Amino acid sequence: MMLKPAGFGLMQGLLVVLKNMTRKRITEQYPEERLIVSRRTRAQELVWDRDRCTGCATCVKACPQGNIKIETSIGPNNKYVVEKFENDEGRCIFCGLCVEACPYEALFFGRSYERSQYQRKALVADIDEMTSPKKEKSAYYRPDLYDSLPEQTLLIYRKHKRIL
Amino acid sequence: MFNLPEVAANAPLASWWLDSPVSPDWPCHNFWAHWAIFGFGIAFGVLGIVILFIWFERRFIAPMQLRIGPNRCGPFGILQPVADALKVMMKEDIVPALADKTVHFLAPILIFVPVLLMFAVIPFQNGVGLIPDLNVGLLFIVAVGAIETVAVFMAGYGSNNKYSLLGAMRSVAMMVSYEMPMALAVVAVVMVSGTLSMQGIVMAQSVPFALLLPMSFIFYFTCALAELQRTPFDLLEAESEIIAGYHIEYSGMKFAMFYLGEYAGAIIQSAIIVTLFLSGWKGPILPPFIWFFIKLFAVFGVIVWFRATWPRVRIDQLMGFAWKYMLPLSLVNLLIVAIEIIFWDPVQWWLVPVNIVITGVLLALWTGMFKLRGGSEVDA
Repeated sequence: MMLKPAGFGLMQGLLVVLKNMTRKRITEQYPEERLIVSRRTRAQELVWDRDRCTGCATCVKACPQGNIKIETSIGPNNKYVVEKFENDEGRCIFCGLCVEACPYEALFFGRSYERSQYQRKALVADIDEMTSPKKEKSAYYRPDLYDSLPEQTLLIYRKHKRIL
Repeated sequence: MFNLPEVAANAPLASWWLDSPVSPDWPCHNFWAHWAIFGFGIAFGVLGIVILFIWFERRFIAPMQLRIGPNRCGPFGILQPVADALKVMMKEDIVPALADKTVHFLAPILIFVPVLLMFAVIPFQNGVGLIPDLNVGLLFIVAVGAIETVAVFMAGYGSNNKYSLLGAMRSVAMMVSYEMPMALAVVAVVMVSGTLSMQGIVMAQSVPFALLLPMSFIFYFTCALAELQRTPFDLLEAESEIIAGYHIEYSGMKFAMFYLGEYAGAIIQSAIIVTLFLSGWKGPILPPFIWFFIKLFAVFGVIVWFRATWPRVRIDQLMGFAWKYMLPLSLVNLLIVAIEIIFWDPVQWWLVPVNIVITGVLLALWTGMFKLRGGSEVDA
């Protein structure tokens, strides 16, 4: 167009920017509104199922960090009873090999990403914490769980409640 | 309008100190009370509006980029600039070991003081201001505004850093180049209004000069952007590319002074644009003081809008634009205005559409002829 050098492109740009102001804002106001993470997320925690675990310690062998500690004793019916099951989340690299290795599907990834602590000691997840009912299981390597989990919210599809 | 003997009786110094320093409709006709009230009022008012402007810019540019902007400190995040100021004041003030200490210390002061001085001649309302009716008001603004160039060079030179020196040299080159079309744009306004007093210029605007002298308005706005070093002329402190240009070696409160000077500069340039081209405090219904500030924020809003939209120019495009495009066109504009004044004085209302058409045609024609080497064109 002949008039293009006369600043028409710049004016078009200004209009585009003005139109942008009417669109939804994509900022997430984090503490007030939280997005639902992917169903197959590998978040920063492990969830353990006491009933399924046989104490075979396959997860300990699979861990590249040597990070999982398990202690068992022999209980009734000649079965292992897990007495201690610990994962130091400060050292864990969340590679997921233990979850994939577990032959009885007793170990899961959790879905929580808010795991920061004030002390390193608090990062060691013991048996009570790993079986805590508050923890949600992720569907990572556990496709059976997939349909029971809520759908991930993407910023572009989100019903926006404007926080100004 | 102004009663000289009365002022002279109240304050004998006033009669020789300045031509007409006291505004007649202000309650204190006392000379020193007037100066004290307006001096402190303007100084603290400018600081307050700087905080408002920083907040306004961040909140206004956010929706253009689909963001929300600061919203945590205070209602709608209005205390965010205060928090930033506190942070910056607590930072360590580092002076480079080989810096020219005196110059390095004086530069941040010298960049802020001229901006503050320029507020003296701005009329916030009819006759309300420090010296709104100064008979050389516009000359004062142009002269004092030029001091900032010195401060920029002092900052670059005093830091003893080759990058800041290069940045300062580019900055000075730009400011000197853009002062010329700026002054020529102002001259057109002076020719039409027949006075250099800011008060008189507002009084002369039955039609806003933005409509009567559109080319002067566009050129003044462009030059003001360059003087403020804002987009699209912010290549000297391009925040996404290089660090800071001439104030790279400043930290803590001295850096805050540069920041303050930058935003105070934005206020004063907006105020000058409002006074010269947008008929100052005039407006229907609302009180004139409110009108002035509405217009002030509107002009600054447009500057922020430009910042959200336009890419920055190269240094050769910058200088070429000033010297090859704006300077000749300003002279042509001046010639046209002079002819209009000779034949139709006082200026007629039907000159408004004529001037707008002339401006459009001239800008389009001149852009067609304006070419830079390097394969790209700069446009207005």
